[in-house]
Amino acid sequence: MTYEDLLIKMIESNQQFMVLTSENRAAIRNLPERIGKRFLDVGIAEQTMIGISAGLAIRGKIPIVHALSSFLTMRAFEFVRTDIGILNLPVKLVGGVPGFLSEANGPTHQAIEDISLMRGIPGMNIFCPADIEDLLLGMPKVLNSNSPFYIRYNNRKPLALHEAEFEIGKAEVVSTGRDVTMLTYGLMFEQCLVAKKILEKNGYSVGLINLRTLKPIDTKEIVKALRRSDLIVTVEDHFLTGGLYSILCEIIVKERIEANVLPVALKNKWFKPAILEDVLEYEKFTGVHIALDIINNLQKERNFVAHLV
Amino acid sequence: MDITELESLEGTALKVREHVIKMSGGGGCFIGASLSCTDIIVFLYKRFLNINPYNLNDENRDYLFLSKGHDVPALYGTLTESGIIDKTRLNNHLKLNDDIYWHPNKKVPGIEFHSGSLGHLLSVSMGVAYDCMLKRKNNKIVVILGDGELNEGSNWEAILVASALKLNNLLVIIDRNQFQANIRTEKLIPLEPLERKFEAFDWEVTSCNGHDFLSLEEAISTVYMTSQRPAVVIADTVRGKGLPSIENKADRWFCSFTDDEVKGLLKELHTKEKTHLVSETLIVR
Repeated sequence: MTYEDLLIKMIESNQQFMVLTSENRAAIRNLPERIGKRFLDVGIAEQTMIGISAGLAIRGKIPIVHALSSFLTMRAFEFVRTDIGILNLPVKLVGGVPGFLSEANGPTHQAIEDISLMRGIPGMNIFCPADIEDLLLGMPKVLNSNSPFYIRYNNRKPLALHEAEFEIGKAEVVSTGRDVTMLTYGLMFEQCLVAKKILEKNGYSVGLINLRTLKPIDTKEIVKALRRSDLIVTVEDHFLTGGLYSILCEIIVKERIEANVLPVALKNKWFKPAILEDVLEYEKFTGVHIALDIINNLQKERNFVAHLV
Repeated sequence: MDITELESLEGTALKVREHVIKMSGGGGCFIGASLSCTDIIVFLYKRFLNINPYNLNDENRDYLFLSKGHDVPALYGTLTESGIIDKTRLNNHLKLNDDIYWHPNKKVPGIEFHSGSLGHLLSVSMGVAYDCMLKRKNNKIVVILGDGELNEGSNWEAILVASALKLNNLLVIIDRNQFQANIRTEKLIPLEPLERKFEAFDWEVTSCNGHDFLSLEEAISTVYMTSQRPAVVIADTVRGKGLPSIENKADRWFCSFTDDEVKGLLKELHTKEKTHLVSETLIVR
């Protein structure tokens, strides 16, 4: 099944769904002929698209809107906040090429503050699938929910099977481990799988959690991981501020837990525009780099503790 | 413009198109939009703008803002042919050792401002134009907009404000290639009558053939600095101009060609014999 197939299935099941785009048809190119007037392309006009979707929503429609993540969450931000956020309208915002997926487009197209922006809107939910399979597993519940949602679109091929049971606000616990738990979402999940393999080969007990939705967040599983593992690592193709690392910090403070946390995120800079593999290597976000960072952290921490003893 | 000058411009444009075609391999670029505005950019650098390798930081230089940033291969090609960036540097397209990628970066000499997000540089250029006006300087300020780009509402705010500010040192050139991504503009969000829209916003307006240097020259002299109003030239162009195998093809927007296709297209540029293209169409970036 493709993303398009899923949309058609959903649209057939509920007359209220509509598909909108601001001239961004990569993932929905065949829909115009399939769904006719329930497909609306407004041209390169993201703000207008959000306004229209709010108008459709107060008439009972459920708009599924598409644009590149950077223009959807940033250019149209105030429209999303004001037109959709204030009334908590169930508009579904699907953002294309988020994070590293913008590859060689450059900073104008880098949505690496999208999570930060979207989670700041009261009532807004966020779904960040690890790959196309994860996306298809989650979308039915996301589309049928009564809330606005931001979806970090990801059509990468899966490297592993996912937990088929999808619940909004529930993470997918791939494994649990005493030494380290990696918390991640979206594209970086596949690199975490690589890191997990390397770490396990080196004798470490490794946890890996695919968060799926960042808002609502699965506080329960995160707290369990904090209590279980010596080190918690957040892995995200997002700025350090406002994303998963910030979410984790908020939980730690609220729950009064002491933890050794290693954030893997973009630290106060845009990433080097290039083809994806080159970006990951240059920015040190490959599974190998993540595994090395984790081993270094654990060794340093343990030497320090040994020294104290 | 005499025949020698005309031939020289045509020669430069051909070289720029070769640069563009080379950048469509090894990861690809927005080749169609680059080829549609190649002649416009070559004309501006060779015949209109006071921009050269030695005055890039001179506050009296002229300014070119490429608002439809995805056609930057045409600008990089022209900057190369103007001696502003080193010839070998275009080989670094998409490489980690340089800043040459799908949209402009100010770190590259000759780039005045980054773009890629549409509908930004008209207002940025107005800031520059206003300052030049305050200082009573004669810098020419030119902005290239795409026709599809005119969908973005920010342009129309800027178009309104530019005439309010009487920015007659501002010249907008619209690369009217009739396409936006994989759709014809008139099929999606019709822009016509475009001249009348600008007239209604109180601009000096004219149209021309964007692949004819004489036509470009005449159009610019007809509208630019002829009154207290900002000026716009709607340059009619062909997306993919110079390569019959991709000219006016809706599915050839962003192209990532194989090495063999690039070789074929370089030949096609001179012979006009269509290249057999096998690489994926409809790539959306």
